[in-house]
Amino acid sequence: MSRDADLPISHWSRLWLYCFGALILFFLIAPSVIVVVMSFSGSSFLQFPPQSWSLRWYTRYFESMEWREATGVSLKVAIMTTLVATPLGSAAAYAVNLKTLRYGNVALAVLVSAIIIPVILIGIGVFFLYARLGLNNTFTGLVIAHTALALPLVVMTVLAGLRSYDMDQERAARSLGATPLRAFIEVTMPQISLSIIAASLFAFITSFDEVVVSFFTSGGDMSTLSRRMFTSLRDEIDPTIAAISTCLIILSVILLSVAHLVGASRTRES
Amino acid sequence: MLSSQVNATVDGGLNQDTLRREARRETWKAFALLSPGMAVVCLAILVPIGWLFALSLFDEQGRPSFENYARLVEQRSYIQTFITTFQIAFTVTGVCIVLGYPLAYMLSQLPRRIAQIGLICVLLPFWTSVLVRTYAWLVLLQRRGLVNTWLTDLGIVSQPIAFINNFNGVVIGMTHILLPFLVLPLYASMRSIDKDCLRASLNLGASPIAAFWQVFLPLSIPGLVSGVVMVFVLSLGFYITPALMGGGRVVMWAMRIEQTASLYTNWGAASALGVVLLVTTLIILGLFQWRLGSRAAAAWNAR
Repeated sequence: MSRDADLPISHWSRLWLYCFGALILFFLIAPSVIVVVMSFSGSSFLQFPPQSWSLRWYTRYFESMEWREATGVSLKVAIMTTLVATPLGSAAAYAVNLKTLRYGNVALAVLVSAIIIPVILIGIGVFFLYARLGLNNTFTGLVIAHTALALPLVVMTVLAGLRSYDMDQERAARSLGATPLRAFIEVTMPQISLSIIAASLFAFITSFDEVVVSFFTSGGDMSTLSRRMFTSLRDEIDPTIAAISTCLIILSVILLSVAHLVGASRTRES
Repeated sequence: MLSSQVNATVDGGLNQDTLRREARRETWKAFALLSPGMAVVCLAILVPIGWLFALSLFDEQGRPSFENYARLVEQRSYIQTFITTFQIAFTVTGVCIVLGYPLAYMLSQLPRRIAQIGLICVLLPFWTSVLVRTYAWLVLLQRRGLVNTWLTDLGIVSQPIAFINNFNGVVIGMTHILLPFLVLPLYASMRSIDKDCLRASLNLGASPIAAFWQVFLPLSIPGLVSGVVMVFVLSLGFYITPALMGGGRVVMWAMRIEQTASLYTNWGAASALGVVLLVTTLIILGLFQWRLGSRAAAAWNAR
């Protein structure tokens, strides 16, 4: 690959750049690593490096009814959001990609609008509307709001997959007698499945990590994990949250690795 | 009259009708596929925001007025909020450029394999909850936190520095969270710069520094601008980190909206604040799209 060949600038003269870059990478990654290490601290406040090691904060997390409930709510809402947002977003992306609608681009703009609207505005707006509809502190309410927040990423990811796919293949299948649904499921879907998987990961993480809208529209028994963490952090820096954070970081690592694998095989295909 | 109709049918009018019917069915199908998603967006985004917009046009007695907007430019505390917000947004964007540009540049110059490892360090925080990262900074920067302990142990400072509950804390936390939004598009656009351009300039006698300033930098501007716009717009509406790291002393726009709505239950004023925030965001994005829309879009797509 000639493009990747080195320019006639020695690595030595670029040493300052490498040092600076490494420092910034350290700045990006260090806080998470330090929290993970600290979460195993045995003392009553967080130390680095810990003087003694223990799992006391994890025990505290798993034994606490409140944290367990909140984790359950978050997981349930995130899974439901994924199950709703992925098909809805994929269907919408498919429709936009057909280009038969005159206002297809307007529809696309509306679908992805949530990504540019400040989330605080969505938070108070949804709270205000839900107060009228009786949807505050309900599972349905949370799933609807999170689905709207997840749709932009789902639609854009699936649309990108569809754009690199040749729709003539589906047309060929239909001209050979397949029903539209069967043509989609048997011909199109396998070829955009990686985009759909990536989209569903985005939907899950969007919902699971969402703070602001959950802060306004959930409470009591329906508090999500992120909401409970947020309200708890406003009062004090609770070491239990280090243990929860570690679990969340592990979740991100898993999702990132899956997304990376999916992305790698997606580039290999195209 | 009759004969022309018959002619039309014979000349493929029947075929045309079928095609038209087919096209109409396709349109309906597309419409049906779009509608569930649109319905959710309407319910959770468009209707609430439309309602807030309507609320902002009424005063507390329910009479239509521009009082809510007038107050934004008259009341000192609101003006202070705007000043703080823009100060933080500009500082965070500036720091992100200073940190992000060299990082993206370094990654773009490294062989892909090594750059991948660096990119993971950028992507991992990107995928980690904002709350987790803010918590990490709270732990590190608190009065008896790791940074202060090290600084005092090394004898750099005698008194712990106040990092949280002030401007600095908010800037540090927000920079950490928003930096990937600048680095990722910038890295993608730098990768797409043809190295032969640089090689050519070096061949023609430019010093490496001149080659950077006159060839590389201008070519990387679209990617930089799209990252900068992203960071700036996101910092204007940022809520979580300032709320946790500002300690109630640094009040940014989004916090002001939250306080006005939930503390003072003044929905009209909160809505007006929100509408102005949304309009400001849209204007910035619109300007950006207008000035270098297609080039920057290319930078994003290259991700």
